[in-house]
Order: sequence, then C-alpha cells, then structure tokens
Amino acid sequence: MALITTTAAVDATGVLLADYGRIDHGSAAFSARLRRARLGLIVALTGVVMIFVSFSSAYVVRKGLPTLDPQSGILVHDWLPLQLPSFLLVNTLVLLVSTLTMELARRQAAREALATGIGKSAVSTTSASHKEAQGMPWLALTAVLGLSFLAGQWLVWRELAASGFYVSTNPSSSFFYLLTATHGIHLLGGILTLIAASAAYFWRRLAESRVVVVDITAWYWHFMTFLWVYILCLLEVAH
Amino acid sequence: MATGEFAAHAAHAHAAPTSWIRKYVFSLDHKVIGMQYYFLALTAVFVGMILSLLMRIHLIWPSATLPFWGEIKPETYLSLLTMHGTIMVFFVLTTAPQGGFGNYFLPIQIGAPDMAFPVLNMLSFWVTALAFIVMLAAFFVVGGAPLHGWTGYPPLSALQSAGPGEGLGADLWVISIALFCLGALMSALNFITTTLDMRAKGMTMMRMPLTCWSWFITAILGLLAFGVLLSAGILLLLDRNAGTSFYVPLVTINGQLAGHKGGSPLLWQHLFWFFGHPEVYIAILPAMGLCSQLLSVFSRKPIFGYKAMVYAMLSIGFLGFMVWGHHMFMSGMSPYTAFAFSIMTMAIGVPSAIKTFNWLGTIWRGRIRFTSPMLFALGFVSLFVSGGISGPFLAQPVLDIQLHDTYFVVGHFHLIMGVASIFGIFAATYYWFPKMFGRMMNESLARWHFFISLIGTYAIFMPMHYLGMAGHLRRYSQLTELNYLHGLVPLQTFMTYAAFVTIAGQFIFLFNLFWSMKFGKKASDNPWEATTIEWTTTTPPPHDNFGGHMPVVNNGPYEYSVPGAPRDYVMQTDPPLAKAH
Amino acid sequence: MGLVLLVVIWLITFLSAYFFIAKTWWLPAGASVAAAGIDHHFSTTYILMGAVFVAAQVILGYFVWRYRDRGSASPQAQYSHGNNTLEITWTVLTSILFIGLVLMSSSIWASERFRPAAPGAVQVEVTGMQFAWYFRYPGTDGKFGATNPELQDASAGGEGAIGLDTKDPASKDDFVTGTMYVPVNREVEVILRAEDVIHSFFVPAMRFKQDAVPGLAIHMHFTPITTGDYEIACSQLCGLGHYKMHGILKVVSQEDYDKWLAAREAEKQ
Repeated sequence: MALITTTAAVDATGVLLADYGRIDHGSAAFSARLRRARLGLIVALTGVVMIFVSFSSAYVVRKGLPTLDPQSGILVHDWLPLQLPSFLLVNTLVLLVSTLTMELARRQAAREALATGIGKSAVSTTSASHKEAQGMPWLALTAVLGLSFLAGQWLVWRELAASGFYVSTNPSSSFFYLLTATHGIHLLGGILTLIAASAAYFWRRLAESRVVVVDITAWYWHFMTFLWVYILCLLEVAH
Repeated sequence: MATGEFAAHAAHAHAAPTSWIRKYVFSLDHKVIGMQYYFLALTAVFVGMILSLLMRIHLIWPSATLPFWGEIKPETYLSLLTMHGTIMVFFVLTTAPQGGFGNYFLPIQIGAPDMAFPVLNMLSFWVTALAFIVMLAAFFVVGGAPLHGWTGYPPLSALQSAGPGEGLGADLWVISIALFCLGALMSALNFITTTLDMRAKGMTMMRMPLTCWSWFITAILGLLAFGVLLSAGILLLLDRNAGTSFYVPLVTINGQLAGHKGGSPLLWQHLFWFFGHPEVYIAILPAMGLCSQLLSVFSRKPIFGYKAMVYAMLSIGFLGFMVWGHHMFMSGMSPYTAFAFSIMTMAIGVPSAIKTFNWLGTIWRGRIRFTSPMLFALGFVSLFVSGGISGPFLAQPVLDIQLHDTYFVVGHFHLIMGVASIFGIFAATYYWFPKMFGRMMNESLARWHFFISLIGTYAIFMPMHYLGMAGHLRRYSQLTELNYLHGLVPLQTFMTYAAFVTIAGQFIFLFNLFWSMKFGKKASDNPWEATTIEWTTTTPPPHDNFGGHMPVVNNGPYEYSVPGAPRDYVMQTDPPLAKAH
Repeated sequence: MGLVLLVVIWLITFLSAYFFIAKTWWLPAGASVAAAGIDHHFSTTYILMGAVFVAAQVILGYFVWRYRDRGSASPQAQYSHGNNTLEITWTVLTSILFIGLVLMSSSIWASERFRPAAPGAVQVEVTGMQFAWYFRYPGTDGKFGATNPELQDASAGGEGAIGLDTKDPASKDDFVTGTMYVPVNREVEVILRAEDVIHSFFVPAMRFKQDAVPGLAIHMHFTPITTGDYEIACSQLCGLGHYKMHGILKVVSQEDYDKWLAAREAEKQ
C-alpha cells in the first residue's frame, strides 16, 4: 500500500514539491510557473486516468466473464452483486461540498495573488465581490471535509466487512475495495498537500508557491471528486 | 502549448549545490541524475549479461559446477531467464536511453536550464534505484528468484506453491516492477512537461532534434503504459497475498485446491501486453532518434525526410497501443480478434520501413566519417533490418502457430529490441562521452568493441531463427527430453561460444569507458562538428547548462553541407540561413 | 574502414541467407492437412522478406563504402532534405506488401480457427498439468463425464489424475491415457484444459499449437494425414519441469485405432 501512497503523493504534490525546491531562488515569472505546474498536473492526471482505465476494464471483463465449472464442464457466472451501503451517499455529499470549498479556496488564493501583485492575467478570478482574502479558512475546511470523507469510507468498509464481504469474498467485493481504496489513497495525497499549504499560509512565506500549490491542488481535488462520481456510477451499474 | 513563447527562465532555477551529497547523491541537476541513471543501467547490463552467460553455459553443460555459483538446476535456469529478461527490459533498455541520455541531453538540446521538476526528477531516479535493489534481493530470499519468466503469466506467477521462487522471490519481483512503474511515471511527467514548456526561444517543435522527438514520444508511451502495468501488478499482488481471484480460476496445484475461483489468466496477458508492446518502442525509439541524428552528423548531410521521420515515430507510438494482441495469438483469444491484431501489427511495419529507407537515404551521397558513434549507428541500422524482417513472420497468426514461443521469437526480439537498442546506447556513449566527461574515448578500442559486438551478436542471435523454425521451444532448461532437439545441440554450442567472445568484447568497452574518463584525449566543445545546442556550450556543461545566457535558435537541427556556408555545418544557434525551405 | 564494414555486413548477410536458402535447418516435415498451406505461406513470406533483407543489407554495405569520406577526393555531401515523392512511393509499396501478406494467409487461418470441428470428428480431451499431458476419450457413449477437482490425484495417474467423477454415468466408459492415439485422415477435435497453470499443446509436425488455460475449455481441430509417432511438447512456461513435459501422438490407421479403442474399453470393464 505504501507504493500507492507514493503514487498519490506524486500525483498531488510531486509537482509542487519540486516547486518548493526551486522557490528560494525562483525568479521565473509567476504565470510561467503556474502554467508549467498546471501542465504537469494534466500529464500526471493522464497517468492516474490510465490506472483507473485498467481497473475499469478489468472490472467490466471480470464481471461479464463466465468461468468454467470443472465439474460439469460448462461455463457459469460467479459474480455476486454487491449491495452498496447507503452511507456512501453521505460520503459523496461530503466530497461534493468539499470540492465547492476547494474552489472557494482557490479563488481566495488567486485574489490574494492579485492583491500582492504576483500574478496578473494568469489566474482566473471572478469579480472581487466575495469576502476579502483573509476571510474564511476554506483551505482548512476542505482538508477537514476530505478527512471526513475518508473516515466515512472507513465506516463503509467496516459495514461491508460486518455483513461478510471481505476483499477476497467475491470479485464484486474485491473490486469495490480496490477502487475505493485506490481513490482514497489518491485523495489522501491531496489532503496532505492541503495541510502543507495551510501550514505555509501560517508561516507567511512562499506566498507565490502557495498560490500555485492551492491552484494545482484545487484542480486535482475537482478531478478526484469527478473520479469518485465515476467510480460510484461504475459500481452502481453492477445492479 | 508554449510554442515560440519564451518562458522567462533566464537564471537557473536552483543554485549549484556545494556539499558532496547534494552534488552527487541527492542532486537536482538533470546532468547528474542522467549519469546516475546511466551508471545504474551499466551495472544492470553487466548483471543481466552474466545471467545470460550462466544460462548459455547450463544449456551446453547442464551438470557443470560453476565457481561462486555451484550447480545450475532446471529451476535455477528459469530464475536466471526471468531475472535476465526483467533486468534487461526495465533496468537497461528503459533506463539507459531515456533516464540516462534523455535526462542529460533533452534539456540541453532544447535549450533549457534543467528539467521542469527537478525534485521529482531526483525522486524518480531514487525510486528506480530502489526498485533495482529490491529486484536483486529476490536472489537472496528463501526459494530464490521467481521462475515465471519476465512476462509473469498467472496462475504460475500468482500461486505461492507453483514452484520454487514463487514465494517471497515473486513478491519482491512484483514490488520491484511496481516501484519501477512509479519511477517511470514520474520521469515521463517530467519529460513531457519539459519538452512542451521549456524550449528555448526559436526552438519550435519542428526544429527539435529527432533525439528530442524520440524522448518525447517515449515519455508519452511510458505515461500511458506504465500506469497499466502498475495496475496489473497491484492485482497480481492481491491475488498472491489477499486471496482475491482476479487472474486465478479454480485450479489444483500439487494436488491441493488453490482456493481461488473464477479469475481470468488472460486478463493479465491483456493488461501486461497493453504495457508490454509499447514497452518495446520505449526501448527502441530513443535509439532510432539517436541513430537518425548520428547518421546525419557523420554523413555531413541533412537527415533524409525529417518530417517523415517525426510522423513515422508518432505513428509507431500510436499504433503501438493497438497491437498488443499479437503476443496472444495462441492464448485462447478469439481468432477474429487475432486477425484484427495481425493487420494492425503489419501496419506498424510501414513506419518502421519508412525509417529504414530514410536512414539509407541519409547516408546516400553523404561523406561518411567512420567515427565510433557512426559505426554503432550503422550497426544499428543493420541490426534493425535483420531483427525487423522476422517481424512479419510472427505478426501473421498462421505462421505464428509454428513459431510462437520458439527461439525464432527470442532471436527476433533480441536483435531488434535488445541488441539494436544497446547499439543505440553504445553509440550514444561514444558520441556524448566528450560532452559529459570532457575527454574523448579511445577510437581503436572502440573499433575492436564494435566489430566484436556486431559479429558476435549476429553469431548468437541469427542461429536462433534456425532453431525456431525447427521447432526449438524457448525457456527449455535442458535439451535432453525432446528427441527432435538433439540435432540442434551443435547450433546451441556454437551460440554459447559466440556468447563467450561477445561478452569478453564488452569488457573492452568497460575498460575504455573508465580509462578514457581519466586518460582520454581532452575534448573540445564541439569535437564532432555537430549542429545541435549541446555542442555550443562548454565541455562539460556548467550547472545551468549555458553559463547564464539562454540560447536562441535560428535553424533546423540538421544543416550540414549547406551550399555557400563558410564551413560544412550550420549550428542551430548560428544566424538564420537566408533561404527558407 | 568503409571497405571493412562493407565486407563484414555483406559476409553476415551472405552467411545468414545461406543457411536459410540451403534449408540446413527448416520446419519439420508436415503431417497434417494444414501443413502444406502453412508451409507454402511461410515460403512466400520468407522469399519476400528475404529479398528485402538482402537488398537492405547490400545497399547499406555499398553506401557505406561508396560514400566514405576520402578527404579532398570526395565531393561535398549533397544538401537535400529528402524527397516527398519517394517517401509516398515506399509507404504505399510497403503497405501493400505487408497488408497483402496477411490477407493472403487469411483463408488458412479461417479454416484453422474460425470454423468449428466437423461433426463426426474424433474427440480427445487434452489436460495439461505440472508436468504431464493426459488424454481422455469419451468412450462408446461419445460423451465426456463429469470431473471433480477435489478428486484429482496426480499420483494415481490416468482417470485419477484428471479427477474423473465415477458417480456420473457418462464417465463410466471414459478412459484416460498418457499417449494420444488418433486415426489417420480423420479430423481430430481437441478440447484443451489445464488443471494448474497455463500449458501449451504443441505438435510441430501437425503445425498445431494452442495454449491450455485453466478456467477455459478450448476447442481446436487438426487432421493428420501420415501415420507415425509425433512428439508433443509444452510450449508455454509452466514451471521447473517445463522442459520435460512432453508426450507422444500416435497417428495410426483406422483399423489399428478401432482395435486400440476396443482394448481400452475392455480394460475399463
């Protein structure tokens, strides 16, 4: 599992880690840095997509595939449909709200960037009719919501296990744990980045980096929400 | 994305480190990381080569007792071939051309001070190095290294009791590959972003040297392929250790029910080869790019059909994702699907043929200088043709019935993916050594090395085609059991002797490499009179590659023998050529 | 140096081509209906590819020598960036060559794999396990009985090795052998199964190869046309004994086959 954690860390923060490495000497234009980080994120997300594409195709193949019953020599289906715990809906709601707060945090950071004059046209912002930059701790709120989502997922796994569905019980449960865990680990990478970004906020340094980090994490976060909805649809089709 | 737009990276992004650790071990400098990758691959290639020698010895003298090793048992032979294949494919053919030379020269050739994400770059190397250590550790655990071949087909690779080495050894093997995938993904991310976003002013995509194109396309292939292998590996680990049944159906092993049911062994093959076929191009594309470059440089002639070369590489990369099924003609896949894969596979031969024509077109009416890198580039073309020509046999399911899993396949992929790529690596070493170490390599030693390698590898791998036609199956640790193999033993013996000579020849290279670092003739900034940007900077390049000023590109990468020019080459940074073409 | 390289490349080409043309090592003699067609297509491919191979290597060697740098004696290299007409020409030519080859062989592939075995074909169920082949015949009722993985016992050999379930009436007359007998000139339907890992059933003389995959029962067919003993090999890596997993295919006349069948049935009673 540590392997996958590393992937997540890379997916979410690797781009940004690198930026931390350079910032002390950084004189590259802010917009160029933001563009490069966003480009890196798109490329990284392509890699993540390929992982989920493989899992999805394995899921579809495995679900539709009959297997040989050695006794009778005929092909049989062994897929037991999994009753998804309804608590998943609560988790989904939490994640949807978090993507909203994440977007607010991103815009907040962008305004902050404008105010301090580090970036001009690079960051898309709406009119400054929102509260001013130091208002709501959107970033921290998002991190908390993200952790709540993971805690909720934990409860879902416990519930499934209690009803006798373990990882190896049936392909349907194997895939459920596989997809949700992989998603969870990716999200955890995002949460760690958010915590790092919040910490940077308090230290009042790396203002430029922080804006880039928040921006990238936000897009990453939105993607993770989208991915979750996709996974839910994929699992729901099982019925 | 950022074509023509000059991203302001006037100063180098990170200052030159002063401590030894930051300078040589955990360095952020793409040049140091490139060399780290190179020396990792160099270590790996000698390990892999020795393993192959042990295999060849075992085939001819099955009961020989070897110093430091002891007797080779049938299962040891299978462990050797598994580790030989895995190490060579991942830690040599994927690592040296892309991680090594790509890291070192991609930024310099496009006029960038470094890779886009230096920390990530460092991380990708160290993850790869860790993966190599984990891989080697498989030799030293109970049961030894796995015996399931580099393709690791389950159920053999998924069941702990399927044979010696399928216990902890096989787990380490899967974990190592998963780690390698992570490193390769990080590296691909860096290469793609760097190529798209960090090109110097004037360096349009169509002015990039073909080497850069090949690294760029290879990175895209890696990005799309390694994620799939990682996923496949995770499923295999779960099947092995968590009792799931992704790949394993109901089977009995050693008279015991294995406890799985319903899984599909073919699922692994699909996922593995979806990665595995692009992997072939990951290994060969950088060599193609480099040899195109060298043929132009040393024929003193522009590359024949630059655009055709770029489009050929792009279409090879694109088609490479649609042909994986040709590894599975005999696997139980639908014969209709097999036929479709067959047509796609034959189609991929077309861009490969275009490249060969263009290489011949490049040296045609040139003025060839027989330097050591040029010799290896010419050897590459010869090997590429020889290895490629057996492809259309294997791509047709009708002929694959007879040839599948025989030595014909082994000969085919060793010539084209193994030896041809390694000739690319040798060519790159001889070509860029002066820039990397500030000295020239010894030319006479290099020529000995070249002729021994060329003749030797042909002597090893060409006879494999004859063996394959006669029905000699691969991965047979002894030739005693099947009667029809007995007549083929003399050919096997010949190949083993050829292997001894060829491997001895590689030590000439090793000696030359280290000797020249210390005692080679001092190299000038542009010893080959080449046009690309790495030859404009000092030897070796400074920390930020260009000593504070950023290059501006005015010309294409292959302007040799331009009529009316003062010398027979016009560098990319020279004032623009008057005429447009 | 140009001359040396020319000689080496031409010599390698000549030697490699010589052994192909002399057929010093060649496909084993074919003994099935499909063999003639497959071998013919092999030869076609081989002649075309051989010509391309020799042509490319000879040209490479010649160019290397002809366009070597001879100092002031050589003219300056030609300044040319290529030729689109030539590029298009050889793209079209190679496309026709390569795609044409596949299409030429499609009818053989179709008769081998698209069509199921004809009714009345001799049925043999082939089971692979570490490291032996077992051949099951359906007996007089023409039906294969049930098997049960829990009953499998390799040390028992024969029916026990594949776990034949004797409670099933259809399995009463099934018998399992270690040598495969088939009559000549009749289509043989092979049903391939594997108990543990993937194996591959390869009979070089029959031009027949197919993986046996656990969890699948793969139906294939071939028609032997010459009597004799033929070696069966395992062609998919299956474990430490892979090299010794082999068997014998005996192609006999119809009378001999009937006699053999009757003897096996008698043993079974």
